[in-house]
Parts: sequence; structure tokens; C-alpha cells
Amino acid sequence: MKGLKIVVLAKQVPDTRNVGKDAMKADGTVNRAALPAIFNPEDLNALEQALRIKDHNEGSTVHILTMGPGRAAEIIREAMFRGADGGYLLSDRAFAGSDTLATSYALSCALRNLSADLIICGRQAIDGDTAQVGPQVAEKLGLPQVTYAEEILACNEKQLTIRRRLERGIEVVTCPVPAVITVNGSAAPCRPRNARRVMKYKYAKATSEVQNADEDYISMINQRPYLKITEWSINDITCEAKDLGLSGSPTKVKTIENVVFQAKEAKVLEASDEAIDAMMKELIINHTIG
Amino acid sequence: MNSVFVYCEIEEGAVADVSLELLTKGRTLASKLGVKLEAIALGSGLKDVEKQVFPYGVDVLWKGDDKRLAPYTTLPHTSVLVNLFKEEKPQIAFMGATSIGRDLGPRVSSALHSGLTADCTSLEIGDYEDAKTKQVYNNLLYQIRPAFGGNIVATIVNPECRPQMATVREGVMKKEIFNPSHQGEVKNIDVDRYVNADVDFVVKVIERHIEKSKINLKTAPIIVAGGYGVGSKENFNLLYELAEVLGGEVGASRAAVDAGFCEHERQIGQTGTTVRPKLYIACGISGQIQHTAGMEESAMVIAINTDSNAPINKFADYVITGDLNVVIPKMIQYYKKNSK
Repeated sequence: MKGLKIVVLAKQVPDTRNVGKDAMKADGTVNRAALPAIFNPEDLNALEQALRIKDHNEGSTVHILTMGPGRAAEIIREAMFRGADGGYLLSDRAFAGSDTLATSYALSCALRNLSADLIICGRQAIDGDTAQVGPQVAEKLGLPQVTYAEEILACNEKQLTIRRRLERGIEVVTCPVPAVITVNGSAAPCRPRNARRVMKYKYAKATSEVQNADEDYISMINQRPYLKITEWSINDITCEAKDLGLSGSPTKVKTIENVVFQAKEAKVLEASDEAIDAMMKELIINHTIG
Repeated sequence: MNSVFVYCEIEEGAVADVSLELLTKGRTLASKLGVKLEAIALGSGLKDVEKQVFPYGVDVLWKGDDKRLAPYTTLPHTSVLVNLFKEEKPQIAFMGATSIGRDLGPRVSSALHSGLTADCTSLEIGDYEDAKTKQVYNNLLYQIRPAFGGNIVATIVNPECRPQMATVREGVMKKEIFNPSHQGEVKNIDVDRYVNADVDFVVKVIERHIEKSKINLKTAPIIVAGGYGVGSKENFNLLYELAEVLGGEVGASRAAVDAGFCEHERQIGQTGTTVRPKLYIACGISGQIQHTAGMEESAMVIAINTDSNAPINKFADYVITGDLNVVIPKMIQYYKKNSK
């Protein structure tokens, strides 16, 4: 049993879920730069499914592949703290302006260097919410896909059995290996950090994070090569420049409007009998209720 | 050539509501562009589909009736759509933003190298000038959608690639019959010509438990919705009582569903249903954007919350700062008293 080579596609995203007072500007719009950067939640669900397969299939490995600026290496470290074996940071200015098609193109070119048996990712990211990158990567690599996965029920080197959570029920499917699986938020939450792994991997860094490092750090890396997070630019993958970034993106943003909160004129009532009696009378008179 | 295409989802012979909503929108856009509206139905047991879709103004219905196409799996549906689109060259293609549309749409758009915008809330026709090349494009599809957790609204266009693809969630567009006696043409698809039998059927569905929808939030004139503030499944009984007395339906925020107070079917918001009732009563709901995006078009809103600064209050016509366990029984009491 040689085990499965698993790659988890993950993204570092701004935390759009809880836009607090600090992130709101005076004009009612969001200050994106003020939002903390987090591991995309559904990618954590994906990581957990990957780690479970590793638990049950001896010899398996789990690596993160993420496309982003240098600080995206933070999520590779986070994954290593939780059980991943390492990761790859795909970073290059040439990717700027990528829509989902150009992103999935870049990721699929990187994946061709890795020959993964399983590619697992979250269903969607909380900043774009498109759920497109997973299936588009699958199409580009010519692999079958299973989306909306809630639990990988069984997995060996030949086949997976997966339960999917759909709008009004569930489906269980079998799928051959290799394949791309996208995982729902309803799947099991990711296991927490492991203290020993945090101690072991806390100094792991990608190349662009090491730019201004001192000699002590460089000698540590030489003694403990597992601390080196591989970083790839477009020179490390086989790709066509025209298919990257803005030029490789069929969709273009025409305009962006900020959503501004404009409060309605509201009648503010106490929870008293008089106030509620009066409100119900009003609603009946104006035929809102019958 | 150059038509507006809509991929129709079929469940047990019936065309899904989201597909009918898209046909309505597709008909309007096709008429504006002076082209045909074409629909595609893939599955098994499709003999009544034309009766269901022609009244919505469909000019051509492409039918792929084959046992191997039901239930839906990715690869064969992708193969049919990709090859059909290569032959018919639609300018626009829509599908529902459902577990099917969001599985199929990106696969098809990747194969055709065309742009896809997910979860559009609005679709219009307009012009676009590329800032760099100064080239002007006429009659492009404006794909309008929220992003960044709902904090911005973006207008997206695909100037060069075809088809311009978009997915839309159920309930966002309204469905409307175009002409009950409209007749179109049925074209049967030779499925074997389009699928690759060696590779397209490798994913197999071995179990499937789908429940028929029991609740119709979209058509309910009055909705009593509960949030995390309701506190428990038992406390939701108060909301059911109020809904019954007023002739409405019960909804919930995602927080309440995730906490187990209510079924997922009742969820209202960005990842649930979009509703436009005459009256929306929000009980113990804080009013995050992800929720208000699904109810902000309600004609009238009553917000009941112990927090006088809850964001939901900005959307309300009546704000009652109090405990819903006290307020709701009073509403029931005074409704009964005043409606005699």
C-alpha cells in the first residue's frame, strides 16, 4: 500500500463574514484592508477530509497548494500545524487580475507538477462566493469531479465513496481516483492545531518571507529542510502568459458599487400592550394583514 | 445561432422553478436582442417538458431523453452542453445557481473558455468600453451580483468570449407566463453523438434521498422569521402560532438553522431563499447582510429584538425593542381582538 498523494487547494481570504464597526467607514462602505486575513472556512473542511484519508491510508501525504501573495504562506503553516505535510505557494505578479478561469488555469498548471491522486478543496471562498475554481480545475485536468461533498465515506487507491449534501436531501456516489472533490461547510470541522506540530513547524517559511532573514535562520533551514515552504513563480510551472491574469480572464469588472446602509424611517415601539394594540390596528386598516 | 439558451433542471418530469424563472428573464432579453430563446432539457421521461416550457416563450426545446442522464452527474451533461454549444453558438447561456448549476456551469465554461458569473441578482443588456483598448462593445450581458460577503455589488461583462454565462439563485427572478399558446419547435438530441461513453459515466449514484419541498416561502404573503435570538426549537412554536393566526409561513436565519432550531428549508438569506412578502416579521434576528439580502425587498418589515442597535432595525418599518416571548403573544392577542 503506497498511499494516496493528496493536494488541498486553499485560499487566504479577508474575513467578510463579520464586518464589524472597525471595518465600516464613515460613508457606510467597507474598508477591505481592515479585515483580518483567514483560512477560507470551507477549505478547512476540505483539509479535514484530506487528513482523515491520510489517517486511514498508510503512506498518504497531504500538501496545500495556494495561489496568493507572500503572506498566503500563513495558511500553509496553519495546515501544517493541523496535520498537513507541507505546501506550495504559487505567487507571481502575472496572476494579478485573474478571474476564476485564469485562476483555475494557473492552479492546474501547478498541479501538473504534482501528479496528485486526489485534489480536494472547499466548495467556495467567502470573498468571491462563486464555487467555480474547483470544477474548472477538474475540467482543465480532465478529471471527474464530485461537488457538495459532506463526507468521504470510504477511500482507497482506486475509488472513493462520497456523501453529498444537496438542497433537499443527500446523495451517495462512487468516483474513481484520480478526482477533484469540493467540500461543503456542512462537513466535519477541521481538527485543531497539534501542539507538537506547532513547535516543529512554527519557523516554516516560503522564499519571499525569508528575503531579509539573518544567517541564523538560513542555517536552521539547512538543518531542517522540512521548514522550507516551496514557492513557485510562473517560471516554475509550464504555462502560457496569455492565459494568466487579466488577459486570461474572459470576465471583466465593469463597475463596483459599495453597498451603503440607508436606514428606513422606522416607528420605534415599546413592547407595551398599547403600542402593540395600535400597531396591529394599523396593519389591519392598511390591509397588510387580513 | 446567437440565441439565448437556458439549461432546464428536471426533477421527476417537472421543470424546476428556478429554470422557469430564468426562461422568463431569457425571453425578455431574447426579445430585446431580437434573437430566439432556446431551452435544453436532459434526463429521462421528458415527454411533458414542452408543455411546461413553451408558455414561457421558448422557441426551440432541445431534448436529450436518455436513462443514463438521470439522475444528474457532471460529465455526460457537460459533454452534451459543450458539444451542443459548439454547434449552436449561443451568445448567452443561463442556469440555476443550484447544486446542479454550480457543478455544471463552471465545467462547461472552462471547456469553452467562456466567462461565467455566479449568483447574479440582476441581468441587463448594455454597452461597454474597454478602458485600455478603447474598443466599444454593444449589447453585452451585464451580470450584476453582490460580492465580498454582500458588501459590494459588481457589474461583470464578458466582452470577447462566448457564450456569456450566468447562474441565478431560485426566487431572485420572477417567473411569468409569456403566452399560454406560444408554440416552439422540439429538437431531439442524439445523446450518443455527444457523450464519450468510455469516460463520462465513471461517477455513479448509488443512493439518493431527496425530499419534495413541503414549504413554499417564496409565495407566502406573510413571513414570521426567527433568528438565533429565539433561543431554542421549542421557542419557535410561538412563531408558528403567530404565522398560523396571520395566514403566513415560518422562516429562519442561517444562525437559527445551524443551531438546529429550524429546518434548512426555512432558511432565508444569501445561502437560503430570497423572499418578497407583504409583511416580514423578524424575531430575534440581528440582521447581518447575508440574511437581509434575502428579505430586503419585503413590502413591510417588523423587527422584534432585545438589542435596540440590531442592524435589522435599519430595514424595519416598525422596531419593537423587547423580548419576543412577550411581544409575540401580545401580537396574537391584539390581532384576534382587532380583526373581529
